[in-house]
Amino acid sequence: MFRYVIRRLLISAVILLVISFITFVIFFALPSNPALLACGKTCSVQRLAEIKHSLGLDQSFWTQYSEFLKGLFAGRKFGDQSVLITCAAPCLGISFKTDEPVLTTLFNRFPADLSLALGSAVIFLIVGVGLGVIAAVRKGKLIDKVAVSGALFGVSLQSYFVGLLLMWAFVDKWQILAAPGYTPITQDPNAWFQGLILPWVTLVILYLAMYTRLSRSSMLETMGEDFVRTARAKGLSRRKVIFKHALRAGITPIVTIFGMDLGSLIGGSAVITESVFGINGIGKLAVDSVTDSDLPVIMGTTLFAATVIVLANVVVDIVYGVIDPRVRLA
Amino acid sequence: MAIELSPQSVDVNPPSSFLEVRDLRVHFPTEDGLVKSVDGVSFSLEKGKTLGIVGESGSGKSVTSLSLLGLHKGSRAQVGGEIWLDGEELVGMSESQMRGLRGRKVSMIFQDPLSALHPFYSVGSQIAEAYQVHHKASKKEAKERAIEMLKRVGIPQPERRAKDYPHQFSGGMRQRAMIAMSLVCDPELLIADEPTTALDVTVQAQILDLIRDLQEEFGSAVIIITHDLGVVAEISDDILVMYGGRRIEYGSVNDVLKSPEHPYTWGLLQSMPHLGGDVAQRLNPIPGSPPSLINLPSGCAFNPRCSFKEQVPDGRCTVERPELLPVLGSDKHIAACHLTGEHKAEIRRGATSGAK
Repeated sequence: MFRYVIRRLLISAVILLVISFITFVIFFALPSNPALLACGKTCSVQRLAEIKHSLGLDQSFWTQYSEFLKGLFAGRKFGDQSVLITCAAPCLGISFKTDEPVLTTLFNRFPADLSLALGSAVIFLIVGVGLGVIAAVRKGKLIDKVAVSGALFGVSLQSYFVGLLLMWAFVDKWQILAAPGYTPITQDPNAWFQGLILPWVTLVILYLAMYTRLSRSSMLETMGEDFVRTARAKGLSRRKVIFKHALRAGITPIVTIFGMDLGSLIGGSAVITESVFGINGIGKLAVDSVTDSDLPVIMGTTLFAATVIVLANVVVDIVYGVIDPRVRLA
Repeated sequence: MAIELSPQSVDVNPPSSFLEVRDLRVHFPTEDGLVKSVDGVSFSLEKGKTLGIVGESGSGKSVTSLSLLGLHKGSRAQVGGEIWLDGEELVGMSESQMRGLRGRKVSMIFQDPLSALHPFYSVGSQIAEAYQVHHKASKKEAKERAIEMLKRVGIPQPERRAKDYPHQFSGGMRQRAMIAMSLVCDPELLIADEPTTALDVTVQAQILDLIRDLQEEFGSAVIIITHDLGVVAEISDDILVMYGGRRIEYGSVNDVLKSPEHPYTWGLLQSMPHLGGDVAQRLNPIPGSPPSLINLPSGCAFNPRCSFKEQVPDGRCTVERPELLPVLGSDKHIAACHLTGEHKAEIRRGATSGAK
């Protein structure tokens, strides 16, 4: 098991290296001039060259890439004698717009992102799998039809629509909730929770359908397996047959999808929900950095999202090993 | 919910036999029509005795055995007829009552142990679980019992192997583990559904010996389901030959195998290789394939594949369904065939002289 995890981590490191290279190539291929952006509107030719030099943009592609990689482990210094910005390791560069190290920006945004992703993921996993199991067990009955069609209805809606609708109903009309937004949990847990209810619900509505359908079909498949029949033939109660025998085997495809969904949610894919509710997460950061042509931040967010997704997949593989003993030995 | 076609048939008295199945019918409604997997099957079995149910795939053997465990309950199957086990009627029994019998009084060895054992739980824990369902035992006691059972079925180093998962066992060992699991609560009726199909011949013999030894030890009644007449000859007291969900021949092993009465049984016997036989001689398979269970051929269900139907006058085989009639000179041998005794004697003489 230990060697298995180590191997998975090493493979992940290689994948991340490749991704960093690709993002760097794209960085180079883009037609904008970062030095010009950093310089501002009134910019002399000499000033531009200085900035270009201080950002290392006058060097060759390979030198820049190796500088970037070095920065990840040793940190970097930007600027000249007049303005010196130190970017401690692991350094992903500094934002052209704010002069802040990209990693610091990411870490400032990360808690909001994580709260949004984890909270909604826990709900849609539990509710989705629960509904799926119930639908599978009561196949063809009313509750099955309601669960499946209700889930389909949810997924057909768009998050900006759902989000706005929820805000209108709960905040404006009935005034049950305060305006949603992000308050750090360390600052005020109650406000944190209240502000995130609607964003969570929005994401849950979006993701629930897939989990319901996936776990329903997976459960239906495993309930037809021979070992489930064996479990019944032992005289086990229905509850034990369903939860201990069928669900344990039926949960594996859900674990895979969940790992990826959680990874991409943490990595900032909930950008529309973030925007609707005014939460400054990483998704919003990525979009803003594209509008501002803030290339180090674009790269930083891309790499960050990739890292989270790759790590989530490592976790999925480990969980797989825990669930299925056949994987453990492979 | 299973729908009982007729929960109370003619005879409601509990029979004297340990197991008595009367006119069992298991029908599955499908979009294409009603699949009559089992249609009017009856047999009885005493404790300590073994019944072999023989037939091709889709003849209703496994469906019959699953109904003895009440495993059709909760499915769309319509179960009719009566199953009396030790004075209790199983067909109309509630799911919760049935659950109390499963694994304890009736247990089953399934066909393919690799898929019948849960891949994610250790062999020992699966056996222990079967014990704990019906006994108030601590985890430790159940575990000890599981190890004891593994030892009983001849698994070396049972303490260590109990922690292994099914995929770490060989085919024969898995079947042994399956047997250990089905015997952990000392069942009075043991159903073995093709217990040796997936195994090679030497392991097959070991498994059959094991079932027989354990039967002697526990005095259980055993039903063995197979398409291998060799297995039946070796282990059974009685034989039930099924075709298209119906009985076509039923009697003691001696009667049925020594003087088979139905052309289908002849076909089964002829399609078996003989150890002392000529290697160059080709096996003689039954022509055609098993019938559709939705639309059984009219008359005798076997008639499209039967090479003797011409010898019955008036084409009765294609029109009239033959009744199960007692065979002269034996106490419980019955067969459903329109051929007369003389015809059969003639055909048998021809077959033996032809083989020589």
